[in-house]
Amino acid sequence: MEGGGREVVLPGDLLDSGKLKAGAGTYVQDGRIYAAQLGIKSVKANFVNVIPLGGRYIPSPGDTVIGKVVDIGPSNWFIDINSPYQAPLHVNEVPWRVDFGDTARFMNIGDTLLAKVLMVDETKRVQVTMKEQGLRKLQGGQVMEISYSKVPRVIGKGGSMIQMIKTMTNTRIFVGQNGRIWLDGDIESILFAIRAIKMIEDNAQASHLTEKVREYLESATKKVQVEASN
Amino acid sequence: MGGNSNIKLIDDNGIRIDGRRVDELRPIKIEAGVLKRADGSAYVEFGKNKVLAAVYGPRECHPRHMQDPSKAIVQCKYNMISFSVNDRKRPGPDRRSVEISKIISEAFEYVVFTENYPRTSIDVYIEVLQANAGTRCAGLTAASVALADAGIPMRDLVPSVAVGKVNDQIVLDLQKEEDNFGQADLPLAIIPRTGEVILMQMDGHLTKAEFDIALEMGVGACNKIYALQKDALARRYAIEKVIDEADEPAVEQTVEG
Repeated sequence: MEGGGREVVLPGDLLDSGKLKAGAGTYVQDGRIYAAQLGIKSVKANFVNVIPLGGRYIPSPGDTVIGKVVDIGPSNWFIDINSPYQAPLHVNEVPWRVDFGDTARFMNIGDTLLAKVLMVDETKRVQVTMKEQGLRKLQGGQVMEISYSKVPRVIGKGGSMIQMIKTMTNTRIFVGQNGRIWLDGDIESILFAIRAIKMIEDNAQASHLTEKVREYLESATKKVQVEASN
Repeated sequence: MGGNSNIKLIDDNGIRIDGRRVDELRPIKIEAGVLKRADGSAYVEFGKNKVLAAVYGPRECHPRHMQDPSKAIVQCKYNMISFSVNDRKRPGPDRRSVEISKIISEAFEYVVFTENYPRTSIDVYIEVLQANAGTRCAGLTAASVALADAGIPMRDLVPSVAVGKVNDQIVLDLQKEEDNFGQADLPLAIIPRTGEVILMQMDGHLTKAEFDIALEMGVGACNKIYALQKDALARRYAIEKVIDEADEPAVEQTVEG
């Protein structure tokens, strides 16, 4: 059990040759475990994993994602979820009653929405749903994209990081597991929130990140107040 | 090849025209993550060769009919820029670049875990900025670093080098004159951990004994290049980065503006 060890591994690096089991981002050859991906080695509950530092988002059931409508059919929408796979959203999976061929009245190409990955089959066919509390069409605001592997850092332990950004900048933020972030509020606040999130993305490995982001936001918001009073 | 080999490419002391010994590589420089828009990228210099590689994907496969429901396909495009050689190269794909693209794609399909991403395509672009023999090897070396930089799961990094025969001697990493007037050229790429050969071509003639020496020399050199590839990625992903104060002025400007 090593928690603090942050070792960057490259594809083909030997991770373990005995006791541990192969986890995500690894492969086994001749009884030895090797890294399959560039990332950070982590050992958890007897499993060696490689936490990726980059790569594309691959959907898995239960993920909350921010999608964009890219195409419309008579009984479904096609949603881009920032992954190699487009996801159809069927009219049965939306909270409205939609008549056949009437889909465009509810959501059109270019609209942003908060959805949940319903299922992914073995050929990576994805289905998403909006039939759950909190899932909806996102009106107004803006969307930014970060690497999906940095999402856990942006959210922080138990949502601490994102909560702090929300309250300090007074913005509304949704973070999708697919690396898309939706922000709404006044322009300046959004700008600070975006900068804070970019800072987290660029420094995802740094320790005491929450404090550093707090410092940044404090100094940034203070400047605005000073200027407002002048 | 083809040229007659009366020209003395190796002197009596076993030194080649650019001052290298027969088993010496050209100076190699590898840099990972040089392009911002691509998912992964790398820049490689093999002596006077300058090669840039970029990787996109896995992404939705176009044209649609090429997608494979069970795995990803690797689509590589090797291209020599018009100013990469002495006489201007006519731009666009030709017989040679189509062939090189194909063999490099096939080499990578063997190392990448394509089954993780069904129905997608992983696109690799190799641009030769300056050529001086051995560009397919430099390109493959660069593309492999770019693939790792893009976070694509693969068995190992792939180093590549050419071995050849010049003035009846086996020499490593041919440069232009040796390639043009030599007797044989043998580019190869291996998976260093297992020693599997994933790319090999031969131009010219080698005896069985010469081939064995060449292969051994090539594998040894590949391991050296492999170390450089790892070093390039390690440099790019070193855990450093204490939050940079340089960000601050930019913030002030936007506040005022």
